[in-house]
Amino acid sequence: MRELVIISGKGGTGKTSLTASFACLAADAVLVDCDVDAADLHILVHPEVKCAEEFRGGVKAIIDRGICTECAACREVCRFNAIDDSYVVNPVSCEGCGVCFHVCPEKAVELEENLCGRWFVSETRFGPMVHAALFPGEENSGKLVALVRNQAKVIARREGKSLILVDGAPGVGCPVISSVTGADHVLVVAEPSLSGLHDLERVCKLVSGFRIPISVVVNKRDINPLITERIEASAGNHGAQVLGTVPYDDSVIKAMVQRRAVVENGLSAAGNAVREIWDRVKTRILS
Amino acid sequence: MIISVASGKGGTGKTSIATSLAVVLGSRAQLLDCDVEEPNCHILMKPLIEKSFPVGVPVPVIDKGRCTVCGRCGEVCRFSAIVPIGDVVLTFPELCHGCGGCALFCPEKAITETLRELGVVEIGTAGPVDFVHGRLRIGEAMAPPLIRAVKAKIKSEKIAIIDAPPGASCPVITAVSGADFVVMVTEPTPFGLHDLQIAVNAILGLGIPLGVVVNRSDIGDSAVQDFCQSRRIPILAEIPHSRRIAEGYSSGHLLIESEPSHRATFLKILSEIELATAGTSWRRASCASS
Amino acid sequence: MRIAVTSTGKDIDSPVDPRFGRARYILILDEKGTVSEVVDNTANVNALKGAGIQAGKLLADRKVDVLVTGHCGPNAFTVLEAAGIKVAVQQSGTVRQAVAKIMSGEAEFADKPNVEAHW
Repeated sequence: MRELVIISGKGGTGKTSLTASFACLAADAVLVDCDVDAADLHILVHPEVKCAEEFRGGVKAIIDRGICTECAACREVCRFNAIDDSYVVNPVSCEGCGVCFHVCPEKAVELEENLCGRWFVSETRFGPMVHAALFPGEENSGKLVALVRNQAKVIARREGKSLILVDGAPGVGCPVISSVTGADHVLVVAEPSLSGLHDLERVCKLVSGFRIPISVVVNKRDINPLITERIEASAGNHGAQVLGTVPYDDSVIKAMVQRRAVVENGLSAAGNAVREIWDRVKTRILS
Repeated sequence: MIISVASGKGGTGKTSIATSLAVVLGSRAQLLDCDVEEPNCHILMKPLIEKSFPVGVPVPVIDKGRCTVCGRCGEVCRFSAIVPIGDVVLTFPELCHGCGGCALFCPEKAITETLRELGVVEIGTAGPVDFVHGRLRIGEAMAPPLIRAVKAKIKSEKIAIIDAPPGASCPVITAVSGADFVVMVTEPTPFGLHDLQIAVNAILGLGIPLGVVVNRSDIGDSAVQDFCQSRRIPILAEIPHSRRIAEGYSSGHLLIESEPSHRATFLKILSEIELATAGTSWRRASCASS
Repeated sequence: MRIAVTSTGKDIDSPVDPRFGRARYILILDEKGTVSEVVDNTANVNALKGAGIQAGKLLADRKVDVLVTGHCGPNAFTVLEAAGIKVAVQQSGTVRQAVAKIMSGEAEFADKPNVEAHW
C-alpha cells in the first residue's frame, strides 16, 4: 500500500483540482481530504456519507460562577489572558492548559472536552473517501489530520486498495506536518510566481526534513515561464523531480463550476497535461 | 483602526489586496503580515528591514539538584511536555505550550524557564508604509504565539492592515481578533464560495463587521454574489480577471502597479470600510497623519 | 521479565498493532508468556499529542522490561530509554509469535527510534 500526499505551500495553486483528477485516473484509490479547515475535495467528488463521527480535541476551562469567589488567582496565572474581569473564560483564547483548574482554591474550574469538528467515511464515484470538517476557529487540526489518514489506512487494508491519495493541507505548520509524516511520497503543486517559489522552497525544506521523497508539478506554467524555470531548478536543489507542468486553462474553472474533475470533461490542454503527469506518477512513483 | 484581510480559501489574492490597500494609504498605513507560515507581503512590498527579534515560548528547565522527582509537574502538564520517569524528569520542549504550570506548582522550585524559538518578527519600512511580518521556523507547528507577537507591534496611530493566514482555524482567529473590520477576499468558484461561507461564520462569531472583495470576478459563476446578497454582506469591490495582474504578481509587482486604474477601486474599498465602521479610531488615525 | 506487546485485539493470537502510542491494546505478559494484563489504550489512541510519551510512561509505571511493537518514534523512545525498557521494533505477526521471538533471543532490540515524530 502506497500513500501519496499532494500539498502546496501556497494556497490556490490547484492542489485539490489535481487530486480529484488523480482520483478519477487512479479509479481504485482511497481518497483523503486533510485540508480540514477549508476542505474542498468533496465539492468535486460528491461523497455520500456512510458514517459520521464527532472529533474532540483538548479541553477548555469553564468557571462555575456559583462557586467562584473572584479571588483572581486564576487570572494572575493564566498566560493566555483567557479569563476576563467577570471571570468568564474566553474559549478562543483558552489554551486548555488547566493551570487555572489546579490553582483555584474553591475548585470552581472545570475542564471540559471540546467538540471541535466531525469526520466522515464516505463513498464516491472514484472509491471510498475519508474527510473531515473542523469547526471554524478550532485548533488541533493536526490531530484530526492524523486521524483521517489513519482511518484511510484501515479502509485501504480492509478493502485491499493499493493507493491512498491525500489532499494535504496548505502552509508549513501543524496541519501540513501532520499530513506528510510517514507518507511514501509527497507531490508539491507550485505556481510560477515569486510567492509560489518562496512557499515551494519552504515546504520542500519541511518535507525533506522528514526524509520523504518529493516531486513537483508546476501549474499555470505560462503565467511566468521564467519563474517556472527557476522552480524547476529549485526543485532539483531539494532533490525533487519535476513531474510535469500544466498550462493555464479556463477549462479547469469550468470543470470546477460543474463540480467535476477536469479529466472527466473530454480533451483540454490542462486535462491532457494532467493525464501525462499521472502516467509519470504511475511509472516513476507508484511502480 | 485595524483592518484584517482574510480569505477562507488560499490563493484568492488576499496578499495582493492587503498590499495594495496599504500602498494606497501610504504613510497612514502599517502593514502586518500575520500569515507566518507563508509570509508573502515582503515579496511585493520589498521592505527595508531595520530590526528583527526572535519569538519563542517559555519551556521548562529542570534544576536536577533541587528536583526530587515528586511527579507534580507531570500531573499538571496536559501536553506531555514534562514527564517524570524513574529517577529523572524528561522534557519535550516542542510539545510545550508555555503555560508555566510546571514551574508554578513545583514544590521544590526546581523549574525555571527558557525561550524556545518559534520564529522571528522583522520590522521595517516599505516606502512610506510601516512594515512588520513574522516568519515561522520551518518544522515548527505553533503559529499563534508568533502571530500575537506580530500584532503586538500594531501602532494605534496608524491604519493597521493585517494579512491574515488563509482558512478558518485557530491561527486565522488569532490574526483577525481585535480587528475593527475584516475584508474577505474570495473568488467566484465553488471552492471560493464554500471556504468563504466557513470563514464568514467564524468571523461573524467574533462580532467583527466584514465585507467581501470578489477577485477574478468574471471567472466561475455568480454563487458568491448571491450568497453575499442573501446574507446582507456588502461586496466592497469586484476585480475582474486580468492576465496582466497575474503576470505582474508572479514577478513581485503590486496589483495597482500592474493595473494603475485599480487605485480608485482601493480608495472605494477604504471609503466603504470607513462608512461601515464609522469609527472614531478611523478619524483619529486620519487626523494624526494629515 | 515482563513483556509488553502492542496489539490490535485483547488476546494473545491477535495481530501486533504496528503503532505504539496509538495502539488499540497493550498486552503485558510474564516470563512464561502468559498474558497478565490487557491495557485498553483508547485514551491514548485519541490523545492530542504525546501519545507515545504517555504510553511509554504507562509501561514504566507497570515495570515492564521489554516492549514489542512496530513503530517507535523519538519521543516514545526517549521515555522508554529513560525507564530502562528495551524495544523490539518492526515486529509483526501475532502477539504469540512476537513474544516467542523475544523468548528465543531471535528478536533484536533497537538502539534508536525507527520512525519520525508523529503529529
